[in-house]
Amino acid sequence: MKLDVIFSGFGGQGVLVCGQLLAQAGMLEGKNVTYLPVYGSEVRGGTAHSTVIISDEKIHYPYIERPSNAVVFNLPSLTRYEPLIASGGILLINSSMVNRNAEREDINAVYIPANSLATEVGSEQVVNIVLLGAFAAATGVVTTDSVMDSLKMILPERRHNLLPLNREAIEKGAAFYKDNAAS
Amino acid sequence: MNDGRRAVVQRPQSLEPLATHYCPGCGHGTAHKLVAQAIDELDLQEIAIGCAPVGCSAIMPRYFDVDMILGPHGRAPAVATGFKRALPEKIVFCYQGDGDMAAIGTAEIIHAAARGENITCFLINNAIYGMTGGQMAPTTLIDQVTTTTPLGRVKERAGSPLRMSEILATVDEAAYVERVSVDNPKNIRKAQKAVKKAFQYQMENRGFSMVEILSPCPTGWRMSPTDSRAWLVENLMEVFPLGLLKDKWEEQAT
Amino acid sequence: MAEIVLIKGNEAAGKAAIMAGCTHYYGYPITPQNEIPEYMSLHLPEAGGTFIQAESETSSINMMFGSAAAGMRTMTSTSGPGYSLMLEGLSHFAAAELPCVLVLVSRGGPGGGSLESTQLDYFSVTKGGAHGGYRNIVLAPMDVQEFFDHTQMAFDLADKYRMVAVVLTEATLGNMAKPIEIKRVHAVPSEELPAKDWVMRGKAGKKKKLIVGGAAPGFGSFNDLNELNRHLADKYRTVALNETRYEAIEIEEADVVVVAFGITAGGVKQSLIQLNQEGYRAGMIRPITLFPFPTEIIRKTSERVKKFLVVEGNMGQMVEDVQFAVGDKAEVSFLGKAEGLISLEEIYSAIRSLCEKG
Repeated sequence: MKLDVIFSGFGGQGVLVCGQLLAQAGMLEGKNVTYLPVYGSEVRGGTAHSTVIISDEKIHYPYIERPSNAVVFNLPSLTRYEPLIASGGILLINSSMVNRNAEREDINAVYIPANSLATEVGSEQVVNIVLLGAFAAATGVVTTDSVMDSLKMILPERRHNLLPLNREAIEKGAAFYKDNAAS
Repeated sequence: MNDGRRAVVQRPQSLEPLATHYCPGCGHGTAHKLVAQAIDELDLQEIAIGCAPVGCSAIMPRYFDVDMILGPHGRAPAVATGFKRALPEKIVFCYQGDGDMAAIGTAEIIHAAARGENITCFLINNAIYGMTGGQMAPTTLIDQVTTTTPLGRVKERAGSPLRMSEILATVDEAAYVERVSVDNPKNIRKAQKAVKKAFQYQMENRGFSMVEILSPCPTGWRMSPTDSRAWLVENLMEVFPLGLLKDKWEEQAT
Repeated sequence: MAEIVLIKGNEAAGKAAIMAGCTHYYGYPITPQNEIPEYMSLHLPEAGGTFIQAESETSSINMMFGSAAAGMRTMTSTSGPGYSLMLEGLSHFAAAELPCVLVLVSRGGPGGGSLESTQLDYFSVTKGGAHGGYRNIVLAPMDVQEFFDHTQMAFDLADKYRMVAVVLTEATLGNMAKPIEIKRVHAVPSEELPAKDWVMRGKAGKKKKLIVGGAAPGFGSFNDLNELNRHLADKYRTVALNETRYEAIEIEEADVVVVAFGITAGGVKQSLIQLNQEGYRAGMIRPITLFPFPTEIIRKTSERVKKFLVVEGNMGQMVEDVQFAVGDKAEVSFLGKAEGLISLEEIYSAIRSLCEKG
């Protein structure tokens, strides 16, 4: 088993946290993982992306120029990564933020209205978690429980009251993916 | 001594019994003695650490009989910070020239003061770069002739002298700042008190202290030792007036 | 079993330093290493140590000079522009024979550069960098585990030889996270470290001590600079004899041997797995210490292997040391890039085409 994915969006959209959670979850499931965040000098509003590799084999290099899969949080990220994704790869698009469709037909593009789904769950803050839930469901690479365990490790204890909200967000994203991917 | 005689004056124990390389009439010898006397009187020789500058007094580690560190030009307050933070029970002092402190080392001295480092700094201000042959210093006076201001310092091109004591007195965490002179015996006695007080403040954990010492450089100024004293009083003291610039603890007491 | 944690390279370095007994850290913010001072500012005081955010890298290194003189294990971290400001201090460390650890997380350059991952500081770090012809011990970790381990080892090597030990890494390794085993490692067993009898403590009834960034008659241990420089040269030879570290992969049967260090060597290692599976006979010599450089194994290998490829995150620096080791016994090719990581595809293709070349 070897999977790689790039999460990409504006700084402040939680793109880096997504990668960190996925890598941590992979590690908890006994896999080899790497997490490589890249961000511009702006903390908010600039571009940010993070690459995660999860593998049964040892990983010696964290950098993937042409990712197998991508989760794009905004239009510039779609423009940048759609041409790079491997044929047959998964491209999750936050359709709340991106007003066009993917152009390639040899990839599995799925549109997730992550901002709307997050609002339904109760907070715009969990847009990234909705998308992570959808990606986990799309690939089966980690379980919801592992992502939740990672969240527990990453969130400071005083924020653990937010755990139920995050679980809902993961499940919302996963359910949306399952209902819409086939179509 | 057990022969009934009493020493009235003697070389401070914290100085080595060596002739210095300083020029006739140079103020460093007196300044060294003041620092060494204070170390003796406060019984600090065994725990004192000196941080030497680059300049004429880079050679001072040879003359002082205390542990000494010689680091890069202008960085003594940073070196002293690192030592004092490592071993706070030691008494750490910096001895710097005007080029060392007021030109290349301005950042280090100001930020050591800003952090309120519990160290003692001495600035020997003779308004010239002595070791390199008499070039302009940041404290060189307007119209003063040096080898790099051959027609006199022109403020439009070379700026005006920098007053480190006044600058440091504005820093919140600086505890004690005073300017003294070693031009005559009366002023030397005042300087002696200031140097001692600066060490005492460190011993009492009162924070950053700095004493600026106006000092003659007959060679750099191209005049006789006697004339250099007069020139110091007439010119240097005009721009760098003597006196207490800051005593945070007295201010708080009043 | 040792604790396994997913941790960023920079944080691993901070954690390693504290475990290795670093008590005094001084630094100045500069991307891409900010996680190190941030980590130290919280955790070093917790461990009883001192953290100061200095006014400049110049001051950081001089604060270290003071703490090192007092016998403390002291460290800083920076990136290229900050490293340049520290050079004056590093030359004085070398002259005074004080130990310290410097973690250099490289970014783009020259000048202000960029935040991209590069290996542009090889020359400056391995050849000394500042004035006066001195050397640093340089470790080049390939992944987060090694970054963690090397940071600990650097303290031992610095203390053993009274030298500056640099952990040279890249923006990528500083920022990436990978699970590592949290364990104490040593380059020199603690009981074999020489006593720090030169440490300054105040005269305390004994002969005064001088710690001097230079030499002059009556100053410290050396009568003149010739004596100091001869002593340093002897020391650097001893370091080369004792401390040269490298990893050799599949070089016995290789047609092509790649030489790469740091994160780039990780890319080569990854590519070699596929190439070897496909039947290409390629191997790698990975210098783990960049000074001392593993000249001898490269020289020996070049007696049999006729094709070398140097891959670096710069426009050609270590390749000069490889060329020196190889002489005219083999052909040395180069693949380099000075901004951003080299892709696996590029590395793979470069090695494969060399293997295929007759």
